[in-house]
Amino acid sequence: MVDVQVSYAPTDEEELIRDTARQFLQDRIGLERVRELMMSDDGFEPGLWKEMADLGWLGLAIAEEHGGSGLGPVELGVLLEEMGRLLTPGPFFASAVLATMAIQQIADPESQKRLLPSLAAGETIASLAVYEKPRGWEVLPAATTAETAGDGWRLNGRKRAVLDGHVADLLLVVADTGDGVGVFGVDASADGVAVSQETTLDSTRRQATVSFSGVELNKDDRLDTGDVPTALTRILRMASAALAAEQVGGAQACMDMAVDYAKSRYQFGRPIGSYQAIKHRCANMLMKVEHAKSTAYHALRVMDDSDELAIAAPLAASVCSEAYVWVAGESIQVHGGIGFTWEHDAHLYLKRAKASSLLLGSPWHQRDLMGLALGI
Amino acid sequence: MSEDRIQNLVSELLAEHPPETTSNVEFWGAQYDKGLAWAWHPEGFGGLGMSRSDQTRIDQLLVDGGASTENRYLNLLGIAMGAGVLDAHATDEQKRRWLRPMFTTEEIWCQLFSEPGAGSDVAGLATRAVKDGDEWVVNGQKVWTTLAHIAKWGMIVTRTDPDAPKHQGMTYFIVDMEASGVDVRPLYQITGEAEFNEVFFNDVRVPDENRIDAVGAGWRVALTTLMNERVAIGGGSNPRGGGYIGQAVDVWKETGQDDPVLRDELLHLWAEAEAARLTAIRANQMASAGIPGPEGSTGKLAWANLNKEITALTVDLLGLDGTLYPEGYELSRPERSGLHEPSKAFLRTRANSIEGGTSEIMLNILGERVLGLPGEPRVDKDLPWAEVPRG
Repeated sequence: MVDVQVSYAPTDEEELIRDTARQFLQDRIGLERVRELMMSDDGFEPGLWKEMADLGWLGLAIAEEHGGSGLGPVELGVLLEEMGRLLTPGPFFASAVLATMAIQQIADPESQKRLLPSLAAGETIASLAVYEKPRGWEVLPAATTAETAGDGWRLNGRKRAVLDGHVADLLLVVADTGDGVGVFGVDASADGVAVSQETTLDSTRRQATVSFSGVELNKDDRLDTGDVPTALTRILRMASAALAAEQVGGAQACMDMAVDYAKSRYQFGRPIGSYQAIKHRCANMLMKVEHAKSTAYHALRVMDDSDELAIAAPLAASVCSEAYVWVAGESIQVHGGIGFTWEHDAHLYLKRAKASSLLLGSPWHQRDLMGLALGI
Repeated sequence: MSEDRIQNLVSELLAEHPPETTSNVEFWGAQYDKGLAWAWHPEGFGGLGMSRSDQTRIDQLLVDGGASTENRYLNLLGIAMGAGVLDAHATDEQKRRWLRPMFTTEEIWCQLFSEPGAGSDVAGLATRAVKDGDEWVVNGQKVWTTLAHIAKWGMIVTRTDPDAPKHQGMTYFIVDMEASGVDVRPLYQITGEAEFNEVFFNDVRVPDENRIDAVGAGWRVALTTLMNERVAIGGGSNPRGGGYIGQAVDVWKETGQDDPVLRDELLHLWAEAEAARLTAIRANQMASAGIPGPEGSTGKLAWANLNKEITALTVDLLGLDGTLYPEGYELSRPERSGLHEPSKAFLRTRANSIEGGTSEIMLNILGERVLGLPGEPRVDKDLPWAEVPRG
């Protein structure tokens, strides 16, 4: 087995993105504001979305010719890590990561030219509609169908776990055409599209179930070119690596919170962090967080190497998912009673951690994929 | 140091002393004289004032050129730890006396810290050294001493002032292991092998010129040694899928298994091992780039856990065959080997979370030094050593 060697030390540009992002997010969308949005109907603030567009975040990984900044997955990962730290709500992951990656990987050049500038500018929010079953993450075969109708297509079916589907303008729908699988760009306000927002475990990242009943599509609403199953596999790997970066940020925040509390909370006349029972918990958090970072940073740096990504993405997904859930849970334990209250922020992270660990494949599912890539 | 200069120096060394016609000892001596032994040491002491990462590059070039770097294994405690101690604390005369024959393996080194009564709390040690003219007289017992049976020199920490608090009353010496009154006995471990020794000191006379640093400065010198030890243990550099996880995968494949529960356990450990491996690589890169961070401090702890879990799973994968112990338990000195066969590895790795700092102590260190959590209250800190309860 050949070791793929990459450089992990951050560049000045990455550090700049990190500092800018941290500052902006703290100022504009700190945890108090997150809580307000969390309790609102759609968990979305259009003003913030516009500011993210102006900062160039929504087009960070979109080519300059399509109105983006032309940066890569590593820079995107830095941004996601910072968003993960503060549980930034809204459709960034759904639209600027998952749907953008999908269009870049699957759509023909004409469609990319048509769609990407509007995503980069924040004028269109997109979401990938790929999952149909309540359990299991196999995306094919799709039960959703697209049959030819005149010059265009007619779409029927139902998709679940459509991330932030309730605020999406454009749904990227995977459907069986009877002659292979296709990906269709569907206007969320079109006749026959019914978007139903679900109540989610993690209120900072919403989901919708979307039904398509005889939705009429034009010819050029079919976006895909090339081998769709292979592209879908690739998109989900890339998105898993990106999500891993967000998970790393969240896990780090949980650890920081627990360590701060262990230093300032006194029982039996001394800080609880001086007891090994608490200290060792915190030290184990450090180890898990550092391991998680290593896998996420590695996966983000091998996005262009499909053989390596087939191992690195599920590796990062399984390690970061488990690390985040574990650290978020232990953080509540270190906080004791206050950690179980609604008032404290610890539960917000636990909810984000648990939900994120299942969105693109459970740790078990990801390890299965990794094993297949490794021949185990 | 520029790549070119390193390349030139190594090429010179290889040209002047072709490995195929030069004995290892002679080659290592020449390597030392050229300053390519410990590149970060000053000139004249095996180095050229370069950086530690330059040495990695030098060693790679030497291996590519057909030279052996086996001395780093054969005299591990000297080359990985003793040299660091001498570099930081010894006089130039002492360095001249000891460094070169250490590097050539003509003189093997061992480390005499742990005692039956001083394990994790090594600063509680009781081996006494009493000044007598220009010499010190040493009495006591050390334990878990690797290589003591073939060593010429031992790095020993002794109690020289029992009335001082425990960290202040110690002094560090280099003791001649062939001196009269040194008794080395094998210490058989649960594998049936004796990698380690017990060493008894009975009125052993050590000249004062073998003292390292000041009288009473022994703890400071000991800390230098221990830091080098944890670097040596934590810095595993297996390729992906190497080491015991590779063995586990081989057993999985060779035995043709398909149990989904065992497969997930195997993949889980593969993922954790790969995460630890990537962390070690990232830590090295960050250290080379001069960016300090916590990622370098978790390796020892991580690998101790992983080696134990992986080898336990490998025995499970073997099923009934896992209940066999092919090498037998005849008490013996171990041969040098790479990986142990699974059931022996299962036993040997139990020590990984004890040797070189228990996992509990490593967790304390991470908690206190990296995360800044407060220490436990210490009842013995300011007491004279002689009054500290022990048992």
